[in-house]
Amino acid sequence: MSFIVPLIVILFVVAGLIKKVSVFEVFCEGALKGLKTVLSIAPTLIGLITAVTMLRESGAIDALTVLISPVAEKLGFPGEIVPVALLRPVSGGGSTALLIDIFERLGPDSFAGKIVSVMAGSTETTFYAITVYYSSVGIKKIRHTLFAGLMADLTAVIFSVLTVRLFLT
Amino acid sequence: MLNFIWAFMMLISFVFAIISGKMQALSSSVLSGANSAVELLISIIGILCFWSGMMEIADKSGITRFLSKIFSPILSKLFKNVDKDSSAMRYISLNISANLLGLGNAATPFGLSAMKELKTLNHNKGEASDDMLLFVVLNTASLQLVPTTLCAYRQSYGSSAPYEIIPAVWLTSLCALTVGVTVAKVFSKRCR
Repeated sequence: MSFIVPLIVILFVVAGLIKKVSVFEVFCEGALKGLKTVLSIAPTLIGLITAVTMLRESGAIDALTVLISPVAEKLGFPGEIVPVALLRPVSGGGSTALLIDIFERLGPDSFAGKIVSVMAGSTETTFYAITVYYSSVGIKKIRHTLFAGLMADLTAVIFSVLTVRLFLT
Repeated sequence: MLNFIWAFMMLISFVFAIISGKMQALSSSVLSGANSAVELLISIIGILCFWSGMMEIADKSGITRFLSKIFSPILSKLFKNVDKDSSAMRYISLNISANLLGLGNAATPFGLSAMKELKTLNHNKGEASDDMLLFVVLNTASLQLVPTTLCAYRQSYGSSAPYEIIPAVWLTSLCALTVGVTVAKVFSKRCR
């Protein structure tokens, strides 16, 4: 799978050259946008990672994991991923902070680290998307949108455990 | 929502620290937490800027438009009441293509325009139409081909293969999307 990333890079650059785009200038413009993105997520991340670090040091996350683990392990997945799965549809920043906590303690290549990676990569903040899109056109009756969105999230949780078990261990 | 969650996290940790007698650890975690967040932010700058630059090239080379042309036949099968050549369909496929490339800043404006068009098609009713519902469900799933920020976090915490999760992410996204669309479709039919 190591060819995917270089292939995408080459594909984009060649497409740019064919279309006579001044590739390096455009790259720099985009990179500056990336820098602005980092700047704009900084306050959120600092606030939430601090809160999650506090939660961990106080022993609250351990207590929750101990509480959930017996059930989770019977179903075949580590208890550490449950807080991430629960927070993911509600808060992108909050679940990111929990994910980073797992990366820090167990590592991104651990079983739990891989599962939360796949989970985070394959889901969006469902509540946020619903709020932004419907409120922009002033619609309050959203029928079964939330239900469909949450069923998709649940599927993503189940499949992130399955795919890691099958392909990445 | 986040106001409540954030305050709740801090409150819980204070209460827990009292119970478990870990007030000293909690006290130092306030500083170390903020510090490690800044270290993380600095370590992801390189990879994140690189990918934003790449996606900018993709966008300027017309890859977004090319993708939206590929997707509009598939999308017009999903959105039954939207005409294939309408501006609503154009915005929908541009939104989906921008999402695939991870151009969040571009995807949202296209999506908002699509919602506006869909509302007009629905005679400006105050209730979500089947097509609006489906469109929002598509946007609650992640379609991003290369989850760049995530890979940057993985790299920053010493992953030996930050990108190795990508095929699993694609498969998982596809399954989640299929379930989301199916639920949306089935309930739309039933509730009519």
